[in-house]
Amino acid sequence: MSVNAKTLDTNEYFYGHKACAGCGGSLAVRGALKVLGKNAVAVLPAGCMSAVGFNFPQLCFANNAIISTFAGTASMLTGIEAGMRRRGIKDFTAVGFAGDGGTADIGIQALSGAIDRNDNIIYICYDNEAYMNTGIQKSGLTPFGAKTTTTPAGQNIHGNIRPKKNMFEIVAAHDIPYAATATVGYMPDFLNKVEKASKIQGTKYIHVIAPCPTGWGIPVSDTIDSAREIVDCGLWYLAEYENGEFTLNKDPKTFTSVEEYLRKQARFKHLTDEDIQLIIDSRDAKWEKIRKNWKK
Amino acid sequence: MKPYLREKKVFTFEDVPEDTSFEAGYLVSVNAGWRSIRPVVDTEKCVGCSQCYLYCPDGVISMKDGKATIDYDFCKGCGICAKICKPHAIGMEAER
Repeated sequence: MSVNAKTLDTNEYFYGHKACAGCGGSLAVRGALKVLGKNAVAVLPAGCMSAVGFNFPQLCFANNAIISTFAGTASMLTGIEAGMRRRGIKDFTAVGFAGDGGTADIGIQALSGAIDRNDNIIYICYDNEAYMNTGIQKSGLTPFGAKTTTTPAGQNIHGNIRPKKNMFEIVAAHDIPYAATATVGYMPDFLNKVEKASKIQGTKYIHVIAPCPTGWGIPVSDTIDSAREIVDCGLWYLAEYENGEFTLNKDPKTFTSVEEYLRKQARFKHLTDEDIQLIIDSRDAKWEKIRKNWKK
Repeated sequence: MKPYLREKKVFTFEDVPEDTSFEAGYLVSVNAGWRSIRPVVDTEKCVGCSQCYLYCPDGVISMKDGKATIDYDFCKGCGICAKICKPHAIGMEAER
């Protein structure tokens, strides 16, 4: 059954949290938990979602949830899954919500190990493209050109000089049973991927783009628009990896303007036309490979 | 069912338990004070499409008798609902 606004569980499992207004990450957590239900056991490493969800005595999760070490999201998921199995509990889902830094930098070793063991867990990376919780430092998933406090924009260097790490394909290279990319801008697509993942045995990874108005420098009401635009302009793609094959879910015939997408965000406002051309060229190179090698 | 407001207990340092102290979903403070603008639903225009409910990061919108209703205790006034609403049934008004 496909999940949409009408068929979604009306209970709220992430409520009353202290995330900034318009937070994309909290929308991803809220949506995924509504699909997985009250028997989901959530693991949150250091990051925004653990900082805003557990302000003693305010407990914003209606299901079981625990904070893990920064590096140990996937290993704690492994432990929870094994412990529940040992206790004879069958009806549960072990799900982790780590940010981009907690996934691509600090937690990558534990995630790699969990995929290698093929533990029956769901790992969701909500990607806001920097360490937003600690005040916007560059992570491995910060895109080229973005200004952060550790990659400032100056006369010679225009923000981040390295491209975004390709986490989706790194995970797929482990031959994981299921991996997918999504964005909070297209919630039905994301929610259906979470539902599909919950029915698959083994390790599942979902990478969801979750704009951060504070770190991206956009108005709080623009979260969803930006999350849609990043897909529409081709800087992000909606895809799945299953049974050793990549499938592209959305193949736009024409892309919307990359410049328009970038210029709306304060973190990109220093970019020159040459920088933007570099971003467009790398996008085109990526899409050429995608269209050649991936199923549509 | 969702996490709801409870009585706020006052602790001294000695009272704070070492393990989990409350059940899941124990809320003691509201987020209403964060707002400078608030969403207001025009029930005449609301068609009950549930898009605002689907995209609200705080989950404060629920559908009641086919119309959107907002829990103002926890709404932060981000305005995503007003932007996502195709029939323009949600408007943002200044907080009084």
